[in-house]
Amino acid sequence: MVTQQDTGWQRDREGLGIWEHRGKVAVAGWGNSPMDRRWNGKSMDQTMGAYAMIAVQRALDDAGLTLDDVDGVMTSPETRVGDTWAPRPFFDPPYDTEDGITLVSGEWLTTQMGMKNVTYIESGARHIGHMMGQAAQAVGDGRAKVLVMYYPMGNIEGRYEQGGQNATDYAHGNSAFTTPWGYQSGAMMNSLMVFEEYCRKYGKQRDGGLANLAVNQRRNGLMTPWGFYTQYEPYQITVEDYMASRYVMEPLRLLDCDRPVNSCAAFVITTSDRAQDMQQPPVYILNHAQSTPQARSTMGVLAEHQEWCRSLARNMWEGSGLQPEDVDVFNPYDGYLTFTQQFLEGFGWHGVGEGEAMDFYQGDLRVEGPHPYLSSGGNNGTGRTRSALHSDCIEQLRGTAGKRQIQIRCETGLAGSNQPGDAGFVMYSKHPS
Amino acid sequence: MPKQIPVPNDLNKPFWDALNEHKLVVQNCTSCSRLQYPPNGRCGNCGSSEHMEWKEVEGKGHVLEYFVIRDTRIKRLMPDQPLNLALVTLDEDPGINFMSNLPGTPVGEVPVGAPVEIVFEEVGPDQLIHEWRVTGPVPAGSGH
Repeated sequence: MVTQQDTGWQRDREGLGIWEHRGKVAVAGWGNSPMDRRWNGKSMDQTMGAYAMIAVQRALDDAGLTLDDVDGVMTSPETRVGDTWAPRPFFDPPYDTEDGITLVSGEWLTTQMGMKNVTYIESGARHIGHMMGQAAQAVGDGRAKVLVMYYPMGNIEGRYEQGGQNATDYAHGNSAFTTPWGYQSGAMMNSLMVFEEYCRKYGKQRDGGLANLAVNQRRNGLMTPWGFYTQYEPYQITVEDYMASRYVMEPLRLLDCDRPVNSCAAFVITTSDRAQDMQQPPVYILNHAQSTPQARSTMGVLAEHQEWCRSLARNMWEGSGLQPEDVDVFNPYDGYLTFTQQFLEGFGWHGVGEGEAMDFYQGDLRVEGPHPYLSSGGNNGTGRTRSALHSDCIEQLRGTAGKRQIQIRCETGLAGSNQPGDAGFVMYSKHPS
Repeated sequence: MPKQIPVPNDLNKPFWDALNEHKLVVQNCTSCSRLQYPPNGRCGNCGSSEHMEWKEVEGKGHVLEYFVIRDTRIKRLMPDQPLNLALVTLDEDPGINFMSNLPGTPVGEVPVGAPVEIVFEEVGPDQLIHEWRVTGPVPAGSGH
């Protein structure tokens, strides 16, 4: 018999049955910090630490709670800053280490905010896709009653990830089998290779086939008041703009890629019972599911990526008790647009089957329409937070998504990240069962 | 093309040493009879760490897919952009794949499905690296 204990907190395999905390855990609040393109290296009120504190306070305000109500804190060091701040000089405390600058540990945050009642801290979670599930599991298991999960995403001075080993003449360890030929990012490069394989297999347009999706992502992003483009580049792009954007890795264009930003989001996770007395209507969690498979060889190939997503979906259906037709809001990760179709087809949202995503993308994806795909605008439309996928589900289910509010049934939401080989998804619901 | 120079470790040193002798070896799990590349301390199939041996393979394969690198983050490759990045499968076990810049193949004109064979490229003092060269046209009826 497969049990939850076999894999720790994760629900990363089929056969686990209905999640034991289904509907008993809820999101009671969320908030985010200001957002800018990158930290200027000088303004201490705009560090990742400062932004994390703002986001956490706003999430608590949203729930109607105070710092003293919090007994659990969770975060991730995967902030995608690209490089560490050092070897540049550090600053006066509390910015005398990387903590607070390129990552924000739970220990740092609780100390700076003066949280007196925290008994559970997890600072080593993976990215938000996994972490949202881990937070839900922690609350369900009783490790905390009111847990604040926050996810800073940073961007510092300098060209992205061009320091460190990428700047040297040598390749160490496992990278000796990849970087000599130019491979540097699974999310970008493995997914692009699989995208090419996908287009070849199904006869789809490899260059330009994602243009309509990019246009719609920007449209949704511009309906997000805090989004990067709303604040700093408030104009709609066209298919022509997309096709004029430069290649990063041909056929991956610049507008297929999310925009690194400096920002933080926070979420209050608590028991459904406790959430009843809080300020906002609870958004219940019906299941979480993860997928962290290993490719057979140097790169995962199309058949592997497709099966990983199908398995993740089967896991989600089993634990939530829902089926594809039950999912209303759907926010799969879009850090690079080249892998998002794997989730769409794997989960079969709105009946999209294998090899059909690119045709689906040519149709009406608007939030006002019958298929409001990625109503969040995702990373591509709002900036690289990864959290918009989740906050949009919460806003949609609360009915507070404003211009992005979808017009079809809106009782459940499915969100997650990152790429097919490293994914965690959460099923949200307006109702506990 | 100046590639990054591999720095062998205890696990993978036999692989790089074999390349220096113009041989391609991959791991073979004698417990479940499965080839493995890149090297790992355990078999990715059965989990065994005690049945991993090195096995020489022929060095012939086919191009599975490719794209073109235009804005690399790797300093050593920047002067040579754009360049092909291809994924090559091993004929003896197509589940095994290798990366290649396909020297000799024009950028953006990679014949997907074409046969390739290994070539040995010097990337630093006393260190060869495995590259792949297209040896023929895409086979008729291969689906490409």
